[in-house]
Amino acid sequence: MSVNEKIVSDLVANDVQFVTTVPCKQLAGVIDAIDASSSIHHVPSNKEDEGMGLCAGAFMGGKRSAIIMQNTAIGVTINTLATLTQFYRLPLPMLISYRGELGEPVACQVEMAVHTKALLAQLNVPTYHFHKEDDVEEFDKILKYTFMSNKPVAILTDASFWKGY
Amino acid sequence: MIRSDILKDIAPVISDQLVICNIGLPSQELHMIDDQPSTFYMLGTMGLSSSIGLGLALAQDKKVIAIDGDGSVLTNFGTLPTIANNVADNFILLIVDNGSYGSTGDQPTYAGKKTSLTKVAIACGCENVVECSAEDTKAELEKALAGNQMTIIVSKCESGNIPVPVITLDPVVIRHRFMETVAS
Repeated sequence: MSVNEKIVSDLVANDVQFVTTVPCKQLAGVIDAIDASSSIHHVPSNKEDEGMGLCAGAFMGGKRSAIIMQNTAIGVTINTLATLTQFYRLPLPMLISYRGELGEPVACQVEMAVHTKALLAQLNVPTYHFHKEDDVEEFDKILKYTFMSNKPVAILTDASFWKGY
Repeated sequence: MIRSDILKDIAPVISDQLVICNIGLPSQELHMIDDQPSTFYMLGTMGLSSSIGLGLALAQDKKVIAIDGDGSVLTNFGTLPTIANNVADNFILLIVDNGSYGSTGDQPTYAGKKTSLTKVAIACGCENVVECSAEDTKAELEKALAGNQMTIIVSKCESGNIPVPVITLDPVVIRHRFMETVAS
Protein backbone atom coordinates (compact mmCIF):
# COMPACT_ATOMS: atom_id res chain seq x y z
CA MET A 1 0.00 0.00 0.00
CA SER A 2 1.42 3.40 -0.94
CA VAL A 3 1.74 6.17 1.64
CA ASN A 4 -1.16 8.04 0.00
CA GLU A 5 -3.37 4.94 0.04
CA LYS A 6 -2.46 4.28 3.68
CA ILE A 7 -3.37 7.84 4.72
CA VAL A 8 -6.74 7.72 2.96
CA SER A 9 -7.44 4.22 4.24
CA ASP A 10 -6.73 5.31 7.84
CA LEU A 11 -8.94 8.40 7.47
CA VAL A 12 -11.80 6.25 6.22
CA ALA A 13 -11.25 3.61 8.91
CA ASN A 14 -11.47 6.38 11.53
CA ASP A 15 -14.75 7.61 10.05
CA VAL A 16 -13.32 10.88 8.70
CA GLN A 17 -15.89 11.80 6.07
CA PHE A 18 -15.08 15.45 5.34
CA VAL A 19 -11.67 16.73 4.27
CA THR A 20 -10.69 20.21 3.17
CA THR A 21 -7.42 20.90 1.42
CA VAL A 22 -5.18 23.75 0.38
CA PRO A 23 -2.59 22.37 -2.01
CA CYS A 24 1.16 21.92 -1.70
CA LYS A 25 3.41 20.21 -4.23
CA GLN A 26 4.33 17.57 -1.64
CA LEU A 27 0.67 16.85 -0.96
CA ALA A 28 -0.49 16.55 -4.58
CA GLY A 29 -0.67 12.74 -4.47
CA VAL A 30 -2.61 12.50 -1.22
CA ILE A 31 -5.01 15.25 -2.33
CA ASP A 32 -5.70 13.28 -5.54
CA ALA A 33 -6.31 10.17 -3.44
CA ILE A 34 -8.70 12.08 -1.14
CA ASP A 35 -10.56 13.43 -4.15
CA ALA A 36 -10.88 9.94 -5.63
CA SER A 37 -12.27 8.41 -2.41
CA SER A 38 -16.00 7.81 -2.49
CA SER A 39 -16.08 7.73 1.33
CA ILE A 40 -14.75 11.25 1.76
CA HIS A 41 -16.44 14.55 0.90
CA HIS A 42 -13.59 16.71 -0.37
CA VAL A 43 -14.05 20.49 -0.30
CA PRO A 44 -11.01 22.46 -1.45
CA SER A 45 -10.72 25.77 0.40
CA ASN A 46 -9.04 29.01 -0.57
CA LYS A 47 -7.34 29.66 2.74
CA GLU A 48 -6.57 27.43 5.68
CA ASP A 49 -8.57 29.38 8.27
CA GLU A 50 -11.59 29.15 5.99
CA GLY A 51 -10.93 25.40 5.82
CA MET A 52 -10.89 25.15 9.61
CA GLY A 53 -14.29 26.88 9.65
CA LEU A 54 -15.64 24.33 7.17
CA CYS A 55 -14.23 21.52 9.33
CA ALA A 56 -15.84 22.97 12.47
CA GLY A 57 -19.23 23.11 10.75
CA ALA A 58 -18.92 19.61 9.29
CA PHE A 59 -17.93 18.17 12.67
CA MET A 60 -20.90 19.80 14.38
CA GLY A 61 -23.04 18.37 11.57
CA GLY A 62 -21.94 14.88 12.56
CA LYS A 63 -19.06 14.29 10.16
CA ARG A 64 -15.52 13.89 11.42
CA SER A 65 -13.33 16.27 9.48
CA ALA A 66 -9.66 16.87 8.70
CA ILE A 67 -7.53 19.50 6.97
CA ILE A 68 -4.58 19.02 4.63
CA MET A 69 -2.34 22.07 4.31
CA GLN A 70 1.21 23.45 4.12
CA ASN A 71 3.19 24.53 7.18
CA THR A 72 3.50 28.10 5.86
CA ALA A 73 -0.19 28.45 6.69
CA ILE A 74 0.37 28.02 10.43
CA GLY A 75 0.83 31.79 10.46
CA VAL A 76 -2.64 32.53 9.12
CA THR A 77 -4.45 29.96 11.27
CA ILE A 78 -3.23 30.79 14.77
CA ASN A 79 -6.29 32.85 15.68
CA THR A 80 -8.67 30.23 14.29
CA LEU A 81 -6.86 27.40 16.07
CA ALA A 82 -7.03 29.28 19.38
CA THR A 83 -10.49 30.86 19.25
CA LEU A 84 -12.47 28.28 17.28
CA THR A 85 -10.87 24.84 17.22
CA GLN A 86 -9.35 24.90 20.71
CA PHE A 87 -11.86 27.23 22.42
CA TYR A 88 -14.83 25.05 21.41
CA ARG A 89 -12.79 21.83 21.89
CA LEU A 90 -13.13 20.55 18.34
CA PRO A 91 -11.01 17.63 17.15
CA LEU A 92 -9.04 18.38 13.99
CA PRO A 93 -6.34 16.25 12.41
CA MET A 94 -4.04 18.56 10.43
CA LEU A 95 -1.92 16.75 7.86
CA ILE A 96 0.74 19.33 7.09
CA SER A 97 3.51 19.34 4.50
CA TYR A 98 6.67 20.40 6.32
CA ARG A 99 8.34 22.51 3.68
CA GLY A 100 11.77 23.99 4.32
CA GLU A 101 13.35 20.78 5.70
CA LEU A 102 16.22 18.66 4.27
CA GLY A 103 15.89 18.38 0.51
CA GLU A 104 14.09 21.71 0.18
CA PRO A 105 15.11 23.60 -2.98
CA VAL A 106 13.28 26.86 -2.19
CA ALA A 107 15.13 29.03 0.34
CA CYS A 108 12.08 31.03 1.40
CA GLN A 109 10.36 27.87 2.67
CA VAL A 110 13.04 27.56 5.35
CA GLU A 111 11.93 30.86 6.85
CA MET A 112 8.61 29.37 8.03
CA ALA A 113 10.10 25.92 8.67
CA VAL A 114 12.24 27.33 11.48
CA HIS A 115 9.12 28.69 13.20
CA THR A 116 6.76 25.78 12.55
CA LYS A 117 7.41 23.59 15.59
CA ALA A 118 7.85 26.58 17.90
CA LEU A 119 4.47 28.01 16.90
CA LEU A 120 2.71 24.66 17.31
CA ALA A 121 4.42 24.19 20.70
CA GLN A 122 3.38 27.69 21.78
CA LEU A 123 -0.23 26.76 20.89
CA ASN A 124 0.03 23.46 22.81
CA VAL A 125 -0.90 21.58 19.65
CA PRO A 126 0.21 17.93 19.91
CA THR A 127 2.68 17.58 17.05
CA TYR A 128 4.04 14.53 15.23
CA HIS A 129 6.77 14.56 12.60
CA PHE A 130 6.84 12.00 9.78
CA HIS A 131 10.42 11.79 8.45
CA LYS A 132 10.73 8.17 7.33
CA GLU A 133 8.17 6.30 5.26
CA ASP A 134 7.44 3.85 8.09
CA ASP A 135 6.35 6.77 10.30
CA VAL A 136 3.01 6.64 8.50
CA GLU A 137 2.27 3.52 10.57
CA GLU A 138 1.44 5.88 13.46
CA PHE A 139 -1.19 7.79 11.49
CA ASP A 140 -4.06 5.55 12.60
CA LYS A 141 -3.16 5.99 16.28
CA ILE A 142 -2.78 9.75 15.84
CA LEU A 143 -6.29 9.98 14.38
CA LYS A 144 -7.72 8.00 17.30
CA TYR A 145 -5.82 10.25 19.72
CA THR A 146 -7.20 13.37 18.02
CA PHE A 147 -10.83 12.28 18.30
CA MET A 148 -10.27 11.02 21.85
CA SER A 149 -8.79 14.32 23.02
CA ASN A 150 -10.98 16.79 21.04
CA LYS A 151 -7.93 18.82 20.04
CA PRO A 152 -6.29 19.98 16.86
CA VAL A 153 -3.30 17.71 16.25
CA ALA A 154 -0.53 18.42 13.74
CA ILE A 155 1.22 15.79 11.63
CA LEU A 156 4.24 17.39 9.94
CA THR A 157 5.36 15.49 6.85
CA ASP A 158 8.73 16.45 5.41
CA ALA A 159 10.42 15.96 2.03
CA SER A 160 12.27 12.84 3.19
CA PHE A 161 8.94 11.25 4.11
CA TRP A 162 7.49 12.09 0.70
CA LYS A 163 10.71 10.96 -1.08
CA GLY A 164 11.36 14.34 -2.61
CA TYR A 165 9.63 17.66 -2.44
CA MET B 1 -33.44 49.91 10.57
CA ILE B 2 -30.17 48.85 12.15
CA ARG B 3 -28.86 45.29 12.59
CA SER B 4 -30.57 44.70 15.93
CA ASP B 5 -33.94 45.71 14.40
CA ILE B 6 -33.45 43.08 11.69
CA LEU B 7 -32.53 40.45 14.28
CA LYS B 8 -35.66 41.30 16.32
CA ASP B 9 -37.73 41.08 13.15
CA ILE B 10 -36.38 37.71 12.01
CA ALA B 11 -36.06 36.09 15.47
CA PRO B 12 -39.45 34.30 15.25
CA VAL B 13 -38.55 32.99 11.78
CA ILE B 14 -35.16 31.56 12.77
CA SER B 15 -35.89 30.42 16.34
CA ASP B 16 -36.36 26.77 15.35
CA GLN B 17 -33.66 26.75 12.65
CA LEU B 18 -29.95 25.95 12.88
CA VAL B 19 -28.20 29.32 13.01
CA ILE B 20 -24.51 30.19 12.92
CA CYS B 21 -24.23 33.74 14.25
CA ASN B 22 -21.38 36.11 13.53
CA ILE B 23 -18.84 37.19 16.16
CA GLY B 24 -19.31 40.25 18.36
CA LEU B 25 -22.43 42.35 18.53
CA PRO B 26 -24.57 40.21 16.16
CA SER B 27 -24.17 37.20 18.48
CA GLN B 28 -24.61 39.33 21.60
CA GLU B 29 -27.76 40.93 20.21
CA LEU B 30 -29.33 37.66 19.06
CA HIS B 31 -28.43 36.05 22.38
CA MET B 32 -30.21 38.88 24.23
CA ILE B 33 -33.22 38.94 21.88
CA ASP B 34 -33.89 35.20 21.70
CA ASP B 35 -31.32 32.72 23.02
CA GLN B 36 -31.79 29.31 21.44
CA PRO B 37 -29.76 26.09 21.74
CA SER B 38 -30.07 25.86 17.95
CA THR B 39 -27.85 28.93 17.60
CA PHE B 40 -24.07 28.58 17.45
CA TYR B 41 -22.65 31.82 18.79
CA MET B 42 -19.22 32.69 17.48
CA LEU B 43 -17.20 34.08 20.37
CA GLY B 44 -14.06 34.49 18.27
CA THR B 45 -12.66 34.07 14.77
CA MET B 46 -13.97 36.93 12.65
CA GLY B 47 -15.02 35.95 9.15
CA LEU B 48 -15.82 32.26 9.49
CA SER B 49 -19.60 32.29 10.02
CA SER B 50 -20.26 31.45 6.37
CA SER B 51 -17.57 28.75 6.35
CA ILE B 52 -18.90 27.06 9.51
CA GLY B 53 -22.42 27.32 8.08
CA LEU B 54 -21.43 25.80 4.75
CA GLY B 55 -19.55 22.94 6.42
CA LEU B 56 -22.59 22.24 8.59
CA ALA B 57 -24.97 22.36 5.61
CA LEU B 58 -22.79 20.01 3.56
CA ALA B 59 -22.55 17.52 6.44
CA GLN B 60 -26.25 17.07 7.22
CA ASP B 61 -29.70 17.71 5.74
CA LYS B 62 -31.32 20.29 8.05
CA LYS B 63 -31.51 23.87 6.86
CA VAL B 64 -28.72 26.16 8.05
CA ILE B 65 -28.77 29.94 8.27
CA ALA B 66 -25.41 31.67 8.63
CA ILE B 67 -25.79 35.25 9.80
CA ASP B 68 -22.78 37.21 8.60
CA GLY B 69 -21.78 40.85 8.19
CA ASP B 70 -20.28 42.81 5.34
CA GLY B 71 -17.05 43.36 7.24
CA SER B 72 -16.75 39.67 8.07
CA VAL B 73 -17.36 38.61 4.48
CA LEU B 74 -14.68 41.07 3.37
CA THR B 75 -12.32 39.45 5.89
CA ASN B 76 -12.97 35.97 4.46
CA PHE B 77 -13.60 36.79 0.80
CA GLY B 78 -12.44 33.34 -0.29
CA THR B 79 -15.64 31.93 1.19
CA LEU B 80 -17.83 33.10 -1.72
CA PRO B 81 -16.16 30.97 -4.45
CA THR B 82 -16.18 28.00 -2.06
CA ILE B 83 -19.90 28.47 -1.43
CA ALA B 84 -20.60 28.91 -5.16
CA ASN B 85 -18.73 25.76 -6.13
CA ASN B 86 -20.00 23.52 -3.32
CA VAL B 87 -23.73 24.05 -3.57
CA ALA B 88 -25.72 23.08 -0.49
CA ASP B 89 -29.41 23.71 -1.13
CA ASN B 90 -30.09 23.65 2.62
CA PHE B 91 -27.80 26.66 3.13
CA ILE B 92 -28.85 30.29 3.50
CA LEU B 93 -26.25 33.00 3.98
CA LEU B 94 -27.70 36.21 5.38
CA ILE B 95 -25.24 39.05 5.06
CA VAL B 96 -26.35 41.98 7.21
CA ASP B 97 -24.70 44.75 5.20
CA ASN B 98 -24.61 47.94 7.23
CA GLY B 99 -21.49 49.24 5.50
CA SER B 100 -19.52 49.29 8.72
CA TYR B 101 -17.48 47.29 11.18
CA GLY B 102 -20.18 47.52 13.82
CA SER B 103 -18.56 45.66 16.70
CA THR B 104 -15.43 47.77 16.60
CA GLY B 105 -17.00 51.23 16.50
CA ASP B 106 -18.73 51.56 13.14
CA GLN B 107 -15.66 52.21 11.04
CA PRO B 108 -16.78 52.22 7.38
CA THR B 109 -16.22 49.12 5.21
CA TYR B 110 -15.61 49.09 1.48
CA ALA B 111 -18.98 47.34 1.10
CA GLY B 112 -20.55 50.64 2.12
CA LYS B 113 -18.53 52.42 -0.56
CA LYS B 114 -17.82 51.16 -4.08
CA THR B 115 -17.85 47.40 -3.48
CA SER B 116 -21.14 45.54 -3.95
CA LEU B 117 -21.17 42.20 -2.11
CA THR B 118 -24.19 41.21 -4.19
CA LYS B 119 -22.23 41.65 -7.39
CA VAL B 120 -19.17 39.95 -5.90
CA ALA B 121 -21.25 36.93 -4.88
CA ILE B 122 -22.73 36.71 -8.38
CA ALA B 123 -19.28 37.09 -9.96
CA CYS B 124 -18.02 34.26 -7.74
CA GLY B 125 -20.66 31.98 -9.23
CA CYS B 126 -23.37 32.08 -6.57
CA GLU B 127 -26.62 31.45 -8.42
CA ASN B 128 -29.34 32.71 -6.13
CA VAL B 129 -28.31 36.07 -4.70
CA VAL B 130 -30.95 38.46 -3.38
CA GLU B 131 -30.31 42.03 -2.30
CA CYS B 132 -33.04 43.54 -0.19
CA SER B 133 -33.82 46.34 2.21
CA ALA B 134 -33.70 45.79 5.95
CA GLU B 135 -37.51 45.97 6.00
CA ASP B 136 -37.84 43.12 3.45
CA THR B 137 -35.30 40.81 5.09
CA LYS B 138 -37.82 38.78 7.08
CA ALA B 139 -39.92 38.10 3.98
CA GLU B 140 -36.87 37.15 1.90
CA LEU B 141 -35.68 34.81 4.65
CA GLU B 142 -39.10 33.16 4.84
CA LYS B 143 -39.05 32.73 1.07
CA ALA B 144 -35.58 31.18 1.18
CA LEU B 145 -36.61 28.82 3.99
CA ALA B 146 -39.68 27.74 2.03
CA GLY B 147 -37.57 27.00 -1.05
CA ASN B 148 -34.96 24.36 -1.61
CA GLN B 149 -32.20 26.38 -3.19
CA MET B 150 -29.04 27.75 -1.69
CA THR B 151 -29.66 31.46 -1.17
CA ILE B 152 -27.48 34.42 -0.35
CA ILE B 153 -29.39 37.40 1.04
CA VAL B 154 -27.63 40.75 1.21
CA SER B 155 -29.67 42.90 3.56
CA LYS B 156 -28.83 46.58 3.25
CA CYS B 157 -29.36 48.40 6.54
CA GLU B 158 -28.14 51.38 8.53
CA SER B 159 -25.17 51.16 10.84
CA GLY B 160 -25.65 51.50 14.56
CA ASN B 161 -25.55 49.50 17.74
CA ILE B 162 -27.54 49.00 20.92
CA PRO B 163 -26.04 48.33 24.36
CA VAL B 164 -25.82 44.57 24.93
CA PRO B 165 -24.14 42.37 27.53
CA VAL B 166 -21.34 40.03 26.44
CA ILE B 167 -22.12 36.32 26.18
CA THR B 168 -20.86 34.46 29.25
CA LEU B 169 -21.92 30.99 28.10
CA ASP B 170 -18.97 28.63 27.99
CA PRO B 171 -18.01 27.78 24.39
CA VAL B 172 -18.19 24.06 25.10
CA VAL B 173 -21.75 24.50 26.38
CA ILE B 174 -22.66 26.43 23.21
CA ARG B 175 -21.15 23.71 21.07
CA HIS B 176 -22.68 20.84 23.06
CA ARG B 177 -26.25 22.10 23.08
CA PHE B 178 -25.93 23.08 19.41
CA MET B 179 -24.72 19.60 18.42
CA GLU B 180 -27.55 18.00 20.43
CA THR B 181 -30.03 20.12 18.46
CA VAL B 182 -28.38 19.18 15.16
CA ALA B 183 -28.56 15.48 16.03
CA SER B 184 -32.13 15.60 17.37
